[in-house]
Amino acid sequence: MRHLMTPLDLTVEELEDLMNTAEDIRKYPEKYSHVCDGKILAALFYEPSTRTRLSFEAAMLHLGGKTMGFADAMSSSAAKGESVADTIRVVSCFADIAAMRHFKEGAPMVAAQFSSIPVINAGDGGHQHPTQTLTDLMTIRSSKGRLSSLKIGMCGDLKFGRTVHSLIRALLRYDNISFVFISPDELKLPDYMTEELDSDKGAPYKEVTRLEDALPELDVLYMTRVQKERFFNEEDYVRLKDYYILDSRKMELARDDMIVLHPLPRVNEISVEVDNDPRAKYFDQVQNGMYIRMALILMLLGINVEV
Amino acid sequence: MAEKIKYKLNVGKIEEGFVIDHIRPGRGLMLYHDMGLNKLDCSVAVIQNASSRKMGKKDIIKVETSIDNFNLDIISLLDHNATIDVIKDGEIIDKPKLPLPREVKNIIKCKNPRCISSIEQGLDQIFVLTDAQNATYRCKYCETEYDNK
Repeated sequence: MRHLMTPLDLTVEELEDLMNTAEDIRKYPEKYSHVCDGKILAALFYEPSTRTRLSFEAAMLHLGGKTMGFADAMSSSAAKGESVADTIRVVSCFADIAAMRHFKEGAPMVAAQFSSIPVINAGDGGHQHPTQTLTDLMTIRSSKGRLSSLKIGMCGDLKFGRTVHSLIRALLRYDNISFVFISPDELKLPDYMTEELDSDKGAPYKEVTRLEDALPELDVLYMTRVQKERFFNEEDYVRLKDYYILDSRKMELARDDMIVLHPLPRVNEISVEVDNDPRAKYFDQVQNGMYIRMALILMLLGINVEV
Repeated sequence: MAEKIKYKLNVGKIEEGFVIDHIRPGRGLMLYHDMGLNKLDCSVAVIQNASSRKMGKKDIIKVETSIDNFNLDIISLLDHNATIDVIKDGEIIDKPKLPLPREVKNIIKCKNPRCISSIEQGLDQIFVLTDAQNATYRCKYCETEYDNK
């Protein structure tokens, strides 16, 4: 039985297969509409997340399965003090697969240790968010036609931004990738990520503080939100939340074929005027997210559909 | 006239046991507690800030009991450069190497307040060796580095 804790749990070949399946689902949704009849997905969300939870639920419903679960810790037995290990043991009796989001880092890994059904990490604190990464990879591949030979700019909260960390690790497995990290000093990449980038298996990168300086050279710009829930101190959040705002004027500095991604929700780091720019791909990401989660559910449940 | 008493700082030889030498100054007492040496009823000597040609200063621990009952992983974790002499009949009979264990369980605790190990009941505290060159260990769950600096 397999789980998904980080994007690296899948080989590059498996990722390719997954993205091919997701593309096939997008083209021929009716082919997949009953492949999970009788199956149940448990969406165990200890932390509110409209998008990811609905995406998982929609994915299972489009496959013909059903869903159950909870949308915040207070409506779960965690409020009574139940451990993650006990919760997943109980849920394993009712469901065929589980997606877990938790405010504590590593919680889905604990669940996987005690589970008798596949567990998908749907985001654990500021740590990992692998299905967002699969979504990002699929969007880059479908927009740029490749996942190698790219210069990727990552902007905003690179310290607590788990989507950033997951995506970096996933991209390091492709050839000729380089990064430009754009953030204020307080939100720079943590040491454990720069260690990986500096290692033999790393990639060239530079760290800058001005978005305008990086824009002209990028193939992909990955914007992130400064997340209030990751700060212990309200003052720090208020001071940093509007540090980078992408607008039409800044977009003029970028190449015609650069694409803009954002894991959403955005607050005001991308002006709404950018939404109409053909380079803005963040709503495509949302759609791709559901397809890739459908493909992942099939893979982890061992359901094969010929592509 | 009363005879003047002279006190000397002198820890004698041990006949059977082990010596942990070349401990980074200040780590001796940490090892003493973390290895559970404070719970033994045999002779244990902790020498702090002994002069050392190689290190300037060092800590030393002498224990008069068999080394077999101890988990040496904790020495690797706390001070990878410490050395061990095993003593029998007053002579050094072995100098076991301290390999870096690939994984350590329930020896050190994750200090990240955001880690699941800070709240999950009965969960093993597991650290994994992620960089052997720099003896870097990270929490299995949240990947926070164990800071033994």
